[in-house]
Amino acid sequence: MYKLSIDNLNELFALIGQDSKVYAPIERAGQVEFFLWSVEEKVRLDALNTVKSAKGFFFPQTEVLYKTKLEGKKIEIEAAEDAEEPTVYFGVRACDVKSFDVLDKVFLSEPVDSYYAAKRKHGTIVSMACSKPADTCFCGLFGIDATSPAGDVVTWIVGDTLYWDSKTEKGEALTVKVKELLVDADDVEVKKQQTEVKEMIAKAPLHDLSLEGFGGDALDELFNSPKWEALSSACLGCGTCTFVCPTCQCYDIRDYDSGHGVQKFRCWDSCMYSDFTMMAHGNNRTTQLQRFRQRFMHKLVYFPANNDGDFSCVGCGRCLQKCPQSLNIVKVIKALGGKKND
Amino acid sequence: MQKLRDEIVAKCKALLEDGTVDRVIGWEKGLFDYDCSPATFTKENIDELVYNEYCGSNLSKYLVKESKAEGNVAVLLKPCDTYSLNELLLEHRVKKEKIFVLGIPCGGMKDEKGELLMKCNTCKGNEHKIADEVMDSDLTVPEARDRFELVEKLDGMTPEERFAFWQGELSKCIRCNACRNVCPACTCLKCVFDNHASGIDSKANADSFEEKMFHIIRAFHVAGRCTDCGECSRVCPQGIPLHLFNRKYIKEINELYGEYQAGETEDSRPPLANFTKEDAEPSVIYEKGRD
Ligand code: SF4
Ligand code: SF4
Ligand code: SF4
Ligand code: SF4
Repeated sequence: MYKLSIDNLNELFALIGQDSKVYAPIERAGQVEFFLWSVEEKVRLDALNTVKSAKGFFFPQTEVLYKTKLEGKKIEIEAAEDAEEPTVYFGVRACDVKSFDVLDKVFLSEPVDSYYAAKRKHGTIVSMACSKPADTCFCGLFGIDATSPAGDVVTWIVGDTLYWDSKTEKGEALTVKVKELLVDADDVEVKKQQTEVKEMIAKAPLHDLSLEGFGGDALDELFNSPKWEALSSACLGCGTCTFVCPTCQCYDIRDYDSGHGVQKFRCWDSCMYSDFTMMAHGNNRTTQLQRFRQRFMHKLVYFPANNDGDFSCVGCGRCLQKCPQSLNIVKVIKALGGKKND
Repeated sequence: MQKLRDEIVAKCKALLEDGTVDRVIGWEKGLFDYDCSPATFTKENIDELVYNEYCGSNLSKYLVKESKAEGNVAVLLKPCDTYSLNELLLEHRVKKEKIFVLGIPCGGMKDEKGELLMKCNTCKGNEHKIADEVMDSDLTVPEARDRFELVEKLDGMTPEERFAFWQGELSKCIRCNACRNVCPACTCLKCVFDNHASGIDSKANADSFEEKMFHIIRAFHVAGRCTDCGECSRVCPQGIPLHLFNRKYIKEINELYGEYQAGETEDSRPPLANFTKEDAEPSVIYEKGRD
């Protein structure tokens, strides 16, 4: 393990930035999001969750997949933006790192999504352990340890010191690159912080949820539950919960006529919207109850049914914080789950 | 407030018992103390109704859906929420005969941090503009600041500064549509932004032009109809001060057509939907647009 003073963060970013792009949690107009780092930006490593999750690194909200140009009978195809550039994502929390596993299952299984795959391949993830989880955090429910995130390099901030531990080949390569700024360190302070934070998590308001009763086997019973009506009745059908969620993965693709060709465009979609998965015969979910049910059934039943029991939620708590009417997945888990949630 | 809450529940029970209504729209407790949700109650669960300083959401828009459902419904409205109902009645979006309005006093609503909601800083007052009955209480709304303070500050900027301000705010927008969907004035059956046939439907802002277009169209569509209920800014996950758009238009309308408060009464003549000979000439745009 190594360490570095947090006063030297800008030098660290500048050094990494010499031959790759660096994204970090940055505050603009009062909100913290992952933005491309530059020395003028206000880095906010103390902010817990960015409004949008980290999924946009590999699965951006909008993306031009390719363009075609028509000249007479000749069609020219222009490829998408270059995704081959090495990029370092700094300060990703444990829940968001785990969300990449969920997204990998979707985008890297056959047929592989080459746009996602290229960005993933050239990205190095520097994660950051949490020292002050929020009331709304419940990542523990999905087996995530907020004090020991996954990632190519894992970091902890204790006081004015950033601890640095590389975990993968990509992480090693990055460590070599910034070696001149790092000094050897033991893990005493890190261990101490981990113990303290684990105690905090054990007492957090949502520490004792249970997923008993969810998963692929419960499909019919949960789908037909009469409780969806009350759970969904206040839902506005906005897309907030889906757009802030790190594991929501649905998108829409359209061809746009650019006058002299076609632009193939993709953007995030939301199962909460009335035209989601619209087909020639119309829409197969015509009420907000059905759309609301789809979102949570996907995360807690359909996804595990198709992915060896893994859930498609990482307990980041964004939908708890951001739903205009305070509806969220924890309410669904409590209402439909096993007795343990009472 | 617990006493008021108990009295509200007792009143709702009476309304459900004597058959005046079949359902009640109010708020229920959330996971924490500060995240109450709108909820529908019947005789079976009316005891779960809560009313406290975390009931900021405006329930009037749910009446559009409720008006189409079977039976009658009672709705709990704070003073500011009643303006929205009047506006919905004026536009024939809800059926008053199916609704029992229980006006509830308000002492100011808070966000999850315990701070007063933006809208409550400029509260319109204690009076319910429409109600079948108003609950009695000594709660009183917080003292109001001037609601045009920030609009005037923006008006005082150079066009470049103002553009930079809005660019900074609007570039945060994730097009989640929370501001639109929560708005009691946004009740089109199909929004232009969802309607593929409109040619301007979109699910995301692909560039900075689209970021602004969505917001300018949204605000224009509610100009003269927006009651300034503040829900759009309350719900925005990015903290974008959307109410400043609305208030800019309200200020302009006041100046050009005379003071007007949307939702003040259920039969007012909205200045932008009403013609008088004294109306401002369209040419004001040319005079105003320059700086
Ligand atoms: S659950 Fe909440 S955030 Fe999601 S669509 Fe419904 S109202 Fe919007
Ligand atoms: S469902 Fe909610 S808590 Fe779970 S990952 Fe998505 S936003 Fe986070
Ligand atoms: S604006 Fe006034 S009436 Fe409305 S919630 Fe705030 S304090 Fe209450
Ligand atoms: S609520 Fe905020 S983020 Fe969502 S569409 Fe409106 S302005 Fe954009």
